[in-house]
Amino acid sequence: MAYGAHVAQVRLESVTKRFGEGDDQVTAVDAVSLDIHDHEFMILLGPSGCGKSTLLRMVAGLEDPTSGDVYIGEEWVNNTQPKLRDIAMVFQSYALYPHKTVRANIEFPLKVRGVGKAERAAEAQRAADVLGLTDYMRRKPGQLSGGQRQRVALARAIVRNPAVFLMDEPLSNLDAKLRGDTRAELVDLHRRFDSTFIYVTHDQVEAMTMGSRVAVLNAGRLEQVGTPQDVYDFPASAFVAQFIGTPPMNLLPPGVLGTDDVQVGIRPEHLLLTPGGRLQATVTQIEHLGHEVLLHAESAAGRLVARLAPSAALPAMGDSVQLDADAQHMHHFDATTGVRVS
Amino acid sequence: MKRKLRDLPPALLMLVPSLALLGVWTIYPLARAIDYGHKRCDSTFRNCTDAGWDRYSQVFQSKQFQDALMVSLKLAVMTVPIGLVLGIGLAVLADKHLKGIGIFRTIFSSTVATGVAVASLVWFVLLQPQIGVLADLLSDWFPKLKNPGLLNDPDTALPAVALSSIWASLGFTFIIMMAGLQSVPRDLYESAYVDGAGSFRRFTNVTLPMLTPSILFVTVVLTTRALQSYGEIALLTQGGPQSTKATTTIPYLIYGNNSVIHNDIGTKSAAAVLLFLLCLVFAALQFRGFGKRVHYGN
Amino acid sequence: MATDTVRGARKVGRYALLVVVAAVVLFPIYAVVLQALKSGPDAFDHPRSLLPVDLTFDTIRSAWTDGNLGHLLLNSLFVSGMVTIGVIITSLLAAYAFAFLEFPGRQALFAIFLATMLVPVEVTVVINQRTANWLGWDNSYQGLIVPSLATTFGVFLVRQVFLQLPKELREAAALDGVGHMRFLYEVAAPLSRPTLGALGLFTFLGTWNAYLWPSQIITDNDHQTIQLGLNKLKTPNDISKFNLLTGGLVVAALPIFIMLVVFQRQLVRGLTAGAVKG
Repeated sequence: MAYGAHVAQVRLESVTKRFGEGDDQVTAVDAVSLDIHDHEFMILLGPSGCGKSTLLRMVAGLEDPTSGDVYIGEEWVNNTQPKLRDIAMVFQSYALYPHKTVRANIEFPLKVRGVGKAERAAEAQRAADVLGLTDYMRRKPGQLSGGQRQRVALARAIVRNPAVFLMDEPLSNLDAKLRGDTRAELVDLHRRFDSTFIYVTHDQVEAMTMGSRVAVLNAGRLEQVGTPQDVYDFPASAFVAQFIGTPPMNLLPPGVLGTDDVQVGIRPEHLLLTPGGRLQATVTQIEHLGHEVLLHAESAAGRLVARLAPSAALPAMGDSVQLDADAQHMHHFDATTGVRVS
Repeated sequence: MKRKLRDLPPALLMLVPSLALLGVWTIYPLARAIDYGHKRCDSTFRNCTDAGWDRYSQVFQSKQFQDALMVSLKLAVMTVPIGLVLGIGLAVLADKHLKGIGIFRTIFSSTVATGVAVASLVWFVLLQPQIGVLADLLSDWFPKLKNPGLLNDPDTALPAVALSSIWASLGFTFIIMMAGLQSVPRDLYESAYVDGAGSFRRFTNVTLPMLTPSILFVTVVLTTRALQSYGEIALLTQGGPQSTKATTTIPYLIYGNNSVIHNDIGTKSAAAVLLFLLCLVFAALQFRGFGKRVHYGN
Repeated sequence: MATDTVRGARKVGRYALLVVVAAVVLFPIYAVVLQALKSGPDAFDHPRSLLPVDLTFDTIRSAWTDGNLGHLLLNSLFVSGMVTIGVIITSLLAAYAFAFLEFPGRQALFAIFLATMLVPVEVTVVINQRTANWLGWDNSYQGLIVPSLATTFGVFLVRQVFLQLPKELREAAALDGVGHMRFLYEVAAPLSRPTLGALGLFTFLGTWNAYLWPSQIITDNDHQTIQLGLNKLKTPNDISKFNLLTGGLVVAALPIFIMLVVFQRQLVRGLTAGAVKG
């Protein structure tokens, strides 16, 4: 049996989840509708507490939606037990069984399903090969590094050969270097398995580098869905604009460079040193990052950040400078709702 | 809501064994004893008449109960403070990093596993007036050891029982105190040392305050044990010596073979319920009394 | 130099103190064991009885035969073993329900459980004796075993450990379709092994040493536990047989002392679980 070969789009229709009762009630997910295509690598992105994990857990069947419908494939799964949903999940903490060896951990999902011993061993071996775990099969999770544990968690998911992989911040317990390497491996894994991935993260770098599409959530609401480039180039709201991109987009107060009911946003790379520019500012900090320079300045419109080429002629600290936006790349948001107007 | 109800059937199944057992063997007898406590029954238990709730105060004020209560309280007074001091002493002594200290710790905890029967009978052997070791070795200083024997003299029988109890509880007290001492952060001692506190000051200003949770726990347990003493009485003195009631504790009054209320289920029940209340009151008082003086660390 | 000497002297002093105190604590056991290892008259020849000379197993052997101690030991072993197994099972099940399942009334039920921890055996025996009698369980193994098969302490202790297990373990298992019993058996219980060990040891010792309840429902010889049997060896009126009691004491205490030495760490853990965590 080859990996992959399932058809599994996931469809959420105005899914809402409330916790608690009465005055203590909190709406974690608020009427989210989302189509996740077959074989897609969908990222659920947002700050902590935005409802992204709850949404993932509703797909898994670990939480019941308060209202709305969840479909996997063509099937309505609101009342379907997790084990029958053809999904596998990788947890942030990995959730490995500490008293079982790596091999037993990987085999466990198959054992529960009554798969025979020989087949189990073969499948576990294959998953271990894919993830480079062959040498660690007899160890217990406590004897492994964080990265190795993370791979065991992945292996345990892939032996199931599920239609949908669910991942809840799987990289957040790894150090920065390892995180970078693992990102690439996950993308590679997605390509090899050709199944649907739903991946929760608060890290926009992961979102930008791995996702086929990104769904940005804020306070339980879906702000925008699109390819990483789309979301970056055409943020649907002031929230998305500021959440994605490092350093974040400069968001000017209403009235500055526009009308009173509009907020103008300019990405740092589109804020240019322009003699006679409309924004008067004083340089407060200059950060040399090698491939670029970040210029921080204080203006009547608040703090501004501009991204400059290292070769540019740079002002000195405390200098007065004039800045202006690249007219092609200005973003306009409604001053009250934050929604993009052009 | 749906999820909650989904878990209900398995939860009930898993709770049934414990619930049924505790219901039949703990909750029911307690409720039944409370009920019987205000009844007067004949020796067949069949014919009972309601004697009203003041039956409890009658039982409480009765001479047998008052006498037994005094014996139980005396036993608590004799065992708890001495047991505590010895336990703390042993723990402080053994709380040092010395070679071979583990052997001493094992010895000091050794009585923890001795049940009431073994502990009591060990002392029964030692205290035997004609042929016991203690009688032979120490009777020059304590003539009563030989004649009539500590357990046979109404004045010394209860202290002798107390001696056996203290020894039997020593291992337990030591283990709790030892654990308490080891949870005291070392830097507290070091900072007291740097501040120039001598070993006595370090003990009173650091060790004792940090031990208060353990002391409270041990006090409550030892008091409860003293009030509930049955086995040591049954094995050492049968409530006597002879026809005196010098060692008839409340449990022995209730359960002893020669008890005057042996066939009176109403009075027995009332006495048992009163014993339960006494234990609760003492525990509550001790928790209150220690109150804010207990330091639970950070 | 001087401080070294002082320190050395202090160390010697402390060891001396430790040895003396240990001797006092151990004296009762030492005296009884040594008397048990002497033949009749030798045992009462004090203070020579305290010297390890002329040792013999005769006394223990006669105590063994006269007191039928082999049978009593087996009784105690069987009863304590069954109670231990039973308590571990009932505690695991109830603790699982309280820790991993959500159901209406869970808090209230747990509060009731906790409250029963306060009720001492000394209070319930009055009625339990009648219940056992009504069931026809006087002089029976069921009578010794069944009433002790569930303890709140055990439920409480195991629940505490279960609550510390990461929630994701249960969720990951649920995604694989692992049922409650299987998760309990294959994950939760193995991960709680140290606590289960302490609970088991504690329960075993408690049952082995129990006196009040067995003394109230056992009157025949067949079902006596070793603790009750010792009382039979106590013959205050026949001094010539007095040292049989010492032999019986050694037999009754030896298994427990072996357990204490082997499982000291678990025992300490069990005892301190109640004290330190409050």
